[in-house]
Formats: sequence, structure tokens, C-alpha cells
Amino acid sequence: MSTDDFILKAEGIYKSYRMGTAEVRVLKGADLAAKEGEFLAIVGASGSGKSTLLHILGALDKPDKGIVRFEGRNLSEASEGQLNHFRNKMVGFVFQFYHLLDELNVLENVLLPAMAGTGVVGWLSRRRLAKSRAKKLLSEVGLDERANHKPYQLSGGERQRTAIARALMNEPKILLVDEPTGNLDSETGNGILKVFEKLNRAGETIVMVTHDEGIAQRAGRIIALADGKIEHKVNL
Amino acid sequence: MYKVILPFRYLFKKRISYLALVAVALCVFIVVVVMTVMTGLVRDFKQKNHSFVGDCVVGTESLVGFSYYEDFMKVLEQADFIEGLSAAIKNYALINPKGSQRSVGVEIMGIDPVRHSEATGFGETLHYSKSDVSRTFKPSYDPNLAGCVVGIDLWLGRDAKGQYTYAAKPERQALGVSCFPLTPKGALAKAGAGEVNTKTFYYSDTSHSGLARVDSSFVYLPFEQAQSLCGMDRPVKRASWLHIKFGPNVKPEAGCEKVALLWRQFVRGKGAGLLDTVKVQSWKDYRRPFIAAMEKEQTMLTAMFVLVGVTTVFIVLVVFYMIISHKSKDIGVLKSVGISNSNILLLFLCFAFWVGVFGSAIGAAAGWQFLVHINQIENWLFEHFEFQLWDRTIYAIGDIPNTIDLEVLAVIIVSAIGACLAGALIPSWQAARQKPVEILQVTQL
Repeated sequence: MSTDDFILKAEGIYKSYRMGTAEVRVLKGADLAAKEGEFLAIVGASGSGKSTLLHILGALDKPDKGIVRFEGRNLSEASEGQLNHFRNKMVGFVFQFYHLLDELNVLENVLLPAMAGTGVVGWLSRRRLAKSRAKKLLSEVGLDERANHKPYQLSGGERQRTAIARALMNEPKILLVDEPTGNLDSETGNGILKVFEKLNRAGETIVMVTHDEGIAQRAGRIIALADGKIEHKVNL
Repeated sequence: MYKVILPFRYLFKKRISYLALVAVALCVFIVVVVMTVMTGLVRDFKQKNHSFVGDCVVGTESLVGFSYYEDFMKVLEQADFIEGLSAAIKNYALINPKGSQRSVGVEIMGIDPVRHSEATGFGETLHYSKSDVSRTFKPSYDPNLAGCVVGIDLWLGRDAKGQYTYAAKPERQALGVSCFPLTPKGALAKAGAGEVNTKTFYYSDTSHSGLARVDSSFVYLPFEQAQSLCGMDRPVKRASWLHIKFGPNVKPEAGCEKVALLWRQFVRGKGAGLLDTVKVQSWKDYRRPFIAAMEKEQTMLTAMFVLVGVTTVFIVLVVFYMIISHKSKDIGVLKSVGISNSNILLLFLCFAFWVGVFGSAIGAAAGWQFLVHINQIENWLFEHFEFQLWDRTIYAIGDIPNTIDLEVLAVIIVSAIGACLAGALIPSWQAARQKPVEILQVTQL
């Protein structure tokens, strides 16, 4: 398989953190590749480095060593401005704890990536279009009635669906999802996974990390992270 | 757009933001009120000094005075930029109300009331003869007597509201005025003889200039009689000062320079050494010893307000540290959607800007309202608690100055906004430098 076949590829990723005087080596040469339209799950125990790998894939963090390529382009060679553009337009993040802004209502939270990607003047010209898309996304995740509610007025599942709508706002090429059901009961979590499955069927590329192998089974492909490396690969 | 929406949301949805707003509003309120009152007092004091002196003076502090003043007055009268011109005798004397054993040391000023009123605001300070200054030295009870005008605080006391109680007409009261006449070279003119000149004048009016030192120590006499009393009528006539008022379109500094030029030309023509002590001064320079003290107080007050500004900066800094530490999750999210470090910095600086704008607007509005009603408030406090900011029986202050200088107000508001931006700069910079992954991972823990 050539490099061009993968939308996202990580090669020999190393990452360590300093905790006091000790150095904790989290990733020790992890390799990963995701094809366009794929639903990939990364499983691993707590502390295995799943989230760190996901953050590196999404350019929220930089590896000590190794290369991340997105559509063949090496992210470590990108400027800060290009990385901001990458995070804004190419990827969408969904976090375990939703991370919605409390001061904004549901619709505004969903609109945030669109607002972030443009200045005031640009925003005024495309505001109507952006609002229309945000409302459509909220409708798709079943929250069209909650657009004007504040995050604290929503249930956990509703918050996560808001976070998914936010991640999809700028039509990213890949969704990076970190323990999306970790904070939800099984029924609500199941509903969230159905949303991801639906998105994937529509062509969205999804990379999800989870410690729960049962949840990982919902993905098209599973890879395991142990001792800082991709230990074995499971194709379902 | 988030840079517009989020700062407003942080401002109005976070209670801690109100703390910064209140701190800024309070500081602006205090500075506006105190600066307005202080600036008003200084401005009022300067206006009164300007009115007392005229635009420019030519003369000498020497008690001997200077000669050839009449010749120079003729030169000045030819100048088209001069509107009013008055010669004055200034000296020290003892006054002794007839029938009393009490003698009081005063400064006497010999003037022609009509000319002096044209050159200065003297006419406006009079009570009985304000409408006809030519009658200033003509006591209403006997116009043939030599009248004198007495500084109001030498003659009348103030009540608790700062008001003087005038009789319907000036009471007949004789004042003995004694002076040491000096020769043109400064020697006592009557050494070995009687030494003093004494003459009796009759109280004809009071002068209320609003300048405490003037009103409590000046007695105004007719020019020729003061000149004679001080021995300045021989062997050549002398005067102490010439008071000059310029035309309406002449700037005092420019006018003074023209007068100084005329004076230098005049002195060259005379070649008189006695004129060396004569100076041409603007009203500000002439009254500098008095004005400078008040200006220094104002400067000191302004310096103290810099400390208030530093306090504001510190409060804003603390509040912003608290806000940003509570908002670290937001910073992580904003970065995850592609917002750059510089835009995070700008976001929080926008927040600080609006804290400054709203805080200073509230403070300025409150200060404005307080100043509009400050005299009513003081009157109410006096009526109910007998409290006065300035004791009107002592200080020559009628109303507390409350005219807001819009330029000063603008400087205060801009400074407050600047203080907010300065206070928020370091926390905002630190917020911008936070790594999203650290914030989001810590939050997850």
C-alpha cells in the first residue's frame, strides 16, 4: 500500500513526558495509518498513550520523533499557521468530556469552528450559510430543539452530540474521537456510536480511541496500543 | 467573530468579571471627582489671579518703584494691541481705625479705579460701586472725603455658608494709614524727622477678589494720594507697577513679548540705571509664587492617581489570572478548532478592553452624576450633620467646582482602558502560550 492511499499516516512516533525528575516514555515508535472513509478504533489500557497518539495525529501535540502525514503532507514541516488551518478545516475533535463553552449556547458552540476560521467581515458574509449548516447538523444529531439551550441545560448524551456537530461544522476530512462514550451510560453511549456509524456510512473518516473493546467492535478496523507501540492489528 | 462574542459573554456571564468592572469603575469615579474638583479649584484660582493682575505687568518689587512710568504709559497707549492700562503704587502700611488702639499691617495699592478696572477685574470685586467705579473712592456718606477700599476679609466676617453680610450703605469709618516714604535710592525720605506719613481715609467700599491673601491684606487708595503717602511723588514721580490688558485677539505671551520689546527700546532711550530692576512679566509669572504651590499640589495629586492606576492594573491582573485559570478548558477547545496563539491573546485583550470601556463608562457616569449634585449633597450634609468639605468661614470657596473638563475625562477613560489592557497583558500572554493538549488532558484527569 502506497503512502497516497492513506489520508492519515503516523510513522515511528515517539513521545515522552517529564513527571518531576522522571521521564515517562508514552509512545515508543507507534505506527498507524487510516484510509479515507475508514472507521478505525485504537484500543488500549488507561495510560497506554491512546489520547497522546490521537492528539499528535490531530496536531494538538508534537511528537519527539516520528512523522505524521496528512494526505501525504508532513505535519512536522508545517508552520504554526498551517497547523491552525489544519485543525480548523481538516480535522474535527470529539473529546470524552465534550468541552463545550459554557458561555455559548448549543448553536454558537457548533458555529465556533466556522467563526474561528474567519474574521468579522468574512463572518458577516457567510454567517447565514454557517447558521444554516449548524442547524442542519443539530437536526442530524437530534438537537434541533435545543439550539438555544446552554450546555448546562443538556444531558451528557446531548452534550456529546453537540460536540459531534461542532466537530463536523467545517466539514473536516477526518474525525478524531477520544473516548466518546467514556462519560455516558451504555444506552446513551450506544446512541452516540450510532451517530458515528451513520457518519462513517456517509463517507466520514473516523479515528476513535477507547479502552473498551466492546465499543471498538463497532469500528471497521481495530488496532491495539500497548507499551507505546501498535502491538497487533485486528481486521474485522 | 468569536473575539466579539466571547469577551462580552465572559464580561456579563462571569461574576468575577464584575469585580474587575467595579474596580475600574471605582478608580475612574474617584479620579474623575477629585481631578474635577482639584482642577476646578486651580482653574478658579488662576482666573482670579489673572483678573487681579490683568494680562501683563511692568514694574518692580522694590518699594522704591520706578520712574518715567508716565512716559512709558504714553508709549503703551500708542500700541494697538493694548486695551487697558493702569499704573499702581504698591507698598506696606499700618492702618488704624479711628478711635481704636488697634493697628494692622497691610499692603496698600494706589490706583485710578476707572483705569484699573479697564486693565484688571478690580471693578467686579467691588460691592457698593461696582456699577460706577468712578465713585469708588467717594464715600456715599460724604463724597468729598478721601475714600478707601478695604479687602473684604479685613472688614467683614463670613457666615457658615461663606456669605458676607453687607450693610445697605457703607458705614462712616475713618482709617489712619501710615507709610514709610522712601527716596528713589531707597533711603527713608524723612529720616531724623517724623519718618512716617500718615493720612486719614474713609471707608467707601470693600473688594472681594476671591484671593484669600489679597482680600485679607489689601487696602486700595486713590493713586495720587498713595503716591504722596509713599513719597513716590518727588523728586520724580514713581509707580510700582503698570497693569496691562491686551486686546481680545492677543495671546498673553505674545503681548508680553511685544511689551518687553517696547520696554527695552524705552530704557535704551532713557539710559536710566534705576530701571534695571523693572521687569515685564505675564500675569502667570507675576503670580507664580502663589500659583506654583497650587500647581504642585495638583501635580502631586496626579502622581498619586498614578498609584491608583497601578492598583487598578494589579486588580485587573489578579482578576484576569483567576478568569483565565477558570477558562483554561476554553483555551484548549479554542486551540483545537484552529485558533492561533495571537488570536487567543487578542481575545482576552478584547475582554480586558471591554472591562475597561464598561468600567470606565460606569465610573465616569457615576462621577458625573456625583459632581452634578456635589453641592446639593454638601448642603444636605451641612444641614443635617454640619459637615463641610471646606469650612466657608475660613476658605474663600463658594461652591465646590464641578465643571467636568471633557479633555481630562477622556484622558482618564483612555488611561483606565490602558490600565486594563496592561493588567490583562501577562495573563493573556500566558493563556495564549498554554498547550492545548496539556489543558485538555489535565481537565480529563
